[in-house]
Amino acid sequence: MADEIIRITKDELPAKVSSFMASGYRLVQICCVKDPAGKEPAQRLEMNYSFDRDYSLSTLKLDLSVGEQIDSITPVCAAAYLYENEIHDLFGIRIDGISVDFKGTLYKVAIPAPFNPAGESSKERY
Amino acid sequence: MAFFQMAATSLANLFRRPATLMYPVKPRIYFEATRGHISIDSPKCIHCTICAKKCPTDAISVDRPNKVWTIEHLKCIACGSCIDNCPKKCLHMEKTYREPVDVAGKNNLTEVHRGA
Amino acid sequence: METAATPKHTVIPFGPQHPVFPEPLHLDLVMDDETVVDVIPSIGYIHRGLELLVEKREFPEMVYVAERICGICSFIHALGYSQAVEEIMKIDVPPRAKYLRVIWSELSRIHSHLLWLGLAADAFGFENLFMQSWRARELVLDIIEETTGGRVIFGTCKVGGVRRDIDADTLNRIIGVLDGIERDVRGICEVFIKDSSVKHRFCGVGVLSKEDAMTLGAVGPMLRASGVAYDMRMKEYAAYGDLSFEIPVETSGDCYARCAVRIREIYESFSLIRQAAQKIPGGEISIKVLGAPEGESFMRLEQPRGEVVYYIKGNGTKYLSRFRVRTPTFANIPPMLHVLKGQELADVPNIVLTIDPCISCTER
Repeated sequence: MADEIIRITKDELPAKVSSFMASGYRLVQICCVKDPAGKEPAQRLEMNYSFDRDYSLSTLKLDLSVGEQIDSITPVCAAAYLYENEIHDLFGIRIDGISVDFKGTLYKVAIPAPFNPAGESSKERY
Repeated sequence: MAFFQMAATSLANLFRRPATLMYPVKPRIYFEATRGHISIDSPKCIHCTICAKKCPTDAISVDRPNKVWTIEHLKCIACGSCIDNCPKKCLHMEKTYREPVDVAGKNNLTEVHRGA
Repeated sequence: METAATPKHTVIPFGPQHPVFPEPLHLDLVMDDETVVDVIPSIGYIHRGLELLVEKREFPEMVYVAERICGICSFIHALGYSQAVEEIMKIDVPPRAKYLRVIWSELSRIHSHLLWLGLAADAFGFENLFMQSWRARELVLDIIEETTGGRVIFGTCKVGGVRRDIDADTLNRIIGVLDGIERDVRGICEVFIKDSSVKHRFCGVGVLSKEDAMTLGAVGPMLRASGVAYDMRMKEYAAYGDLSFEIPVETSGDCYARCAVRIREIYESFSLIRQAAQKIPGGEISIKVLGAPEGESFMRLEQPRGEVVYYIKGNGTKYLSRFRVRTPTFANIPPMLHVLKGQELADVPNIVLTIDPCISCTER
């Protein structure tokens, strides 16, 4: 029942997610963290994808720099679209290929990408 | 499938007394532990400003040089954080909710205490 | 975005204000006559950006923000936040605090399920049953106010323990009152399970199969009603390791099964509170917290609506660097949209209500 954390790169993500879904894991959450935190605009962001089977949580972590683009995991994992839309709206990361794409209208926010203001990628799609 | 399952409960309720209280006419009974509103014992306050720093909603403001302690009751969420942290124990939690404000400005919701 | 709509379909807006919803949610229903063909959701009415407040509130005061994310599931949010910070700082909470936390969590679960039962009865028009359920709930809220000070926002959980104690006399009196409440609740729940008009509206409506529930990420009663026995209380946080309970599971996957799962959970909660009140040890209720959290932790708890995940990252200062809450309704929205396709318009409020939508939790 131990939780584990696995660091991967952006290219390994689709293969890892497919292997998790095929062996009976379910998606728990997708999260984005600013690193470092604080009022300065962050240049490094970290994405966490958590999967669970039999009460033990496995988390995939990957690092992104602001302005980088990442592919959606919705072709393999259908339930991920809400999480990816939310991360796009709040942090301004470009995610391509989401199955149900709200194109930035999920949350009505006063400034684009409020959790990571003035980050470079927040200028996309607005 | 069963029919008229609810009939017994409905019939019993016809003869029970109402669950609601005729509120403004009959006063509400407060429990001892109810978190109603904050009150201060003003002579004991040393204006250290710890309560203002710990308040999650910034409802308390303390003017240290002029010795003024102010609370905005509309912002206060009655969490009790100020009470836990006050070194002189001069803040208390009253158990009644505050009365509504009226047109004449009575029962003003910003409470100001000036020290000596 | 692409949908299955063609010019002969009508689009009916459902929400954001609707009598069945406790909170605003908007759905555009693409209809072919009376059958739903596609659903386009729109959330974001209550987005308050609470997660960003960690930059402005120190971590002991952040628990007050966390418990105000939602009014119905408030105590368990505060509990999850406190447990996550305690795990990072390696604080061991005294046993009496753990039992008190269990008692308040289960009281929270009872009042939330009674609220849901009332709304479910109101959704198909059975107003009498709605009022009876909420009348029983008022007695539970009186117990909560007597022990914590507030009816829905408890304000008792903090990092390092709990803030208030329940002494032995009050605890015995509460167990006596709970016996009376349980009799009333059993009478109400018999109506939900056996009455023919309830069965007519609930059976066979909104069926979610076991495979769909797993791949779409359903949690909580939605998952347990489709045959998967999964409950985060088996992870034995707080004092659940010392208490025994069963996970209620049903297999038919329709609205009736979800209603039955929640009713059985209420009975389990009554039994858990009695066990906790008997086994509660004496001692301290909190310990002093020194220093600041550094590190990260994932904490998973069981809310009345399902599995909730807290992710907290601290960087060694008094301000946390990230606080992320993934609430159960957020995970239950994709299965709900999947289940709505192919149903009749009159069943849409019932189905939307069976996930127990708590939109203020979803959007924080």
